[in-house]
Amino acid sequence: MSQDDRKYATSHEWAKQDGDLIVVGISDHAQQELGDITFVELPPMGQVVEAGDECGVIESVKAATDLYAPVGGEVVAVNEALEVSPELINQDVWEAGWVLKLKPSNPGDIDALMSAADYDATV
Amino acid sequence: MSQRTCLYDVHVALGAHMGPFGGFEMPIQYSGIVAEHQACRQGAVLFDTCHMGEFLVEGAGSVADLDQLVSCPVASLESGQCRYGLMCSPDGGVIDDLLVYRLDTERFMLVVNAGTQADDAAWIESHLGDTTTFTNLSADTAKIDLQGPAAPRIVQGLLGNVLGGLKYYRFVQTLYRGEPVLLSRTGYTGEIGVELYAAPDQAIAFWNEAMALGAEPAGLGARDTLRLEAGMPLHGHELTTERNAGEAGFARAIADDKTFIGSDVVCDAARRKQALAGIQLEGRRAARAGDALCDASGSDVGVVTSGSYGPSVGRAIALGYLDVGLTEPGTDLTVRMARGELGGQVVALPFWKKGTVRKRIEGFLKPR
Repeated sequence: MSQDDRKYATSHEWAKQDGDLIVVGISDHAQQELGDITFVELPPMGQVVEAGDECGVIESVKAATDLYAPVGGEVVAVNEALEVSPELINQDVWEAGWVLKLKPSNPGDIDALMSAADYDATV
Repeated sequence: MSQRTCLYDVHVALGAHMGPFGGFEMPIQYSGIVAEHQACRQGAVLFDTCHMGEFLVEGAGSVADLDQLVSCPVASLESGQCRYGLMCSPDGGVIDDLLVYRLDTERFMLVVNAGTQADDAAWIESHLGDTTTFTNLSADTAKIDLQGPAAPRIVQGLLGNVLGGLKYYRFVQTLYRGEPVLLSRTGYTGEIGVELYAAPDQAIAFWNEAMALGAEPAGLGARDTLRLEAGMPLHGHELTTERNAGEAGFARAIADDKTFIGSDVVCDAARRKQALAGIQLEGRRAARAGDALCDASGSDVGVVTSGSYGPSVGRAIALGYLDVGLTEPGTDLTVRMARGELGGQVVALPFWKKGTVRKRIEGFLKPR
């Protein structure tokens, strides 16, 4: 079950409002499908992305998958703890496993993403 | 249509994530690949390997016929001993890799991969003389690998003291629940353990009883990371019909004092353009099969055949073929992937050097 306090992209990221920033992680469904996460490539600070742009790589023992920006904006923070402990995503996908924070180009864009219930219905 | 092994219902009840492999629906993982991997290094795990094929080859011509079919020495095998070998085509490619068990003077069991089984059977049957008979035992033979430092004690708990003094690549035939079983000190993990061959009912009982004694189920995901850390090849990756078996470099599996099908190619060092090597990457990011290997000048010098994060090594590791002369440990390389480049270095195999596989078994058994 996905959490109601945030929105979801079809590419399996969650996006949560945090003041005027958007915190981004991957969904619980995504981390379960990937299995043990062994490597996370974080985007450079200051990178400007559009919604749907690649902004990182998540690797598990089984496979590598791209992380896509759920909304457009500038990367203003990355979760450096994932560089040494990528398993944080498996252990705590909603909080400690966050990947990056975006300063959104259009603050309203997050509203266009799916609700938890709508996302869960797609997986 | 995928086949199911006799343990299918057991896997489903354990919550395994199932997936296709070699024509079978197999458990890929249960609790998670890394946890299962570590359980094998530290305790004991069970793998369902019923998908693999078992052939009986027997008769007056069996020794001579098998010595032609496989790369390892057969005539010098003792009863109760098994060897790892390659079955090659005349052009030196690897049709399959297999184990040859000498059950008796003129009686052998071959154990082959699942996906190649039908082709293997046809190839072998077409190369046997009139005094050799072939029987495919696969449908009635279940196989379980019990691997890890706790494995010998679990076997001891279930079967009594049948493993005492058993050396690496030796096997015993005994009874379990009144039926014959074969246990060999072999495996695909780098840890001490056994491969068990039994009737399906015995295998199901063995699986459940071994779990009750502490063995954990492990899937094909962990099987792959364990064998990769142990530097062991996987048919379809390191060994293929397209590549000269001599390039794989498994010298112990290739007899140099006999001829066998393909030996004029396989044993001719001048025909080896590349050699298999272990590559340790700089970080956790994994190279994957098919990625290019490049030298310092950026020229292509090889290809990755298997790659993953190595949970016990704590780094990404890979096996791959490199041009001869570049496989010296310490040689710097670059892996060129679709997503960018990774730095790496050739290292001596196995990647995992603390494996228990060759230790004396007495250290892993309860004193009598």
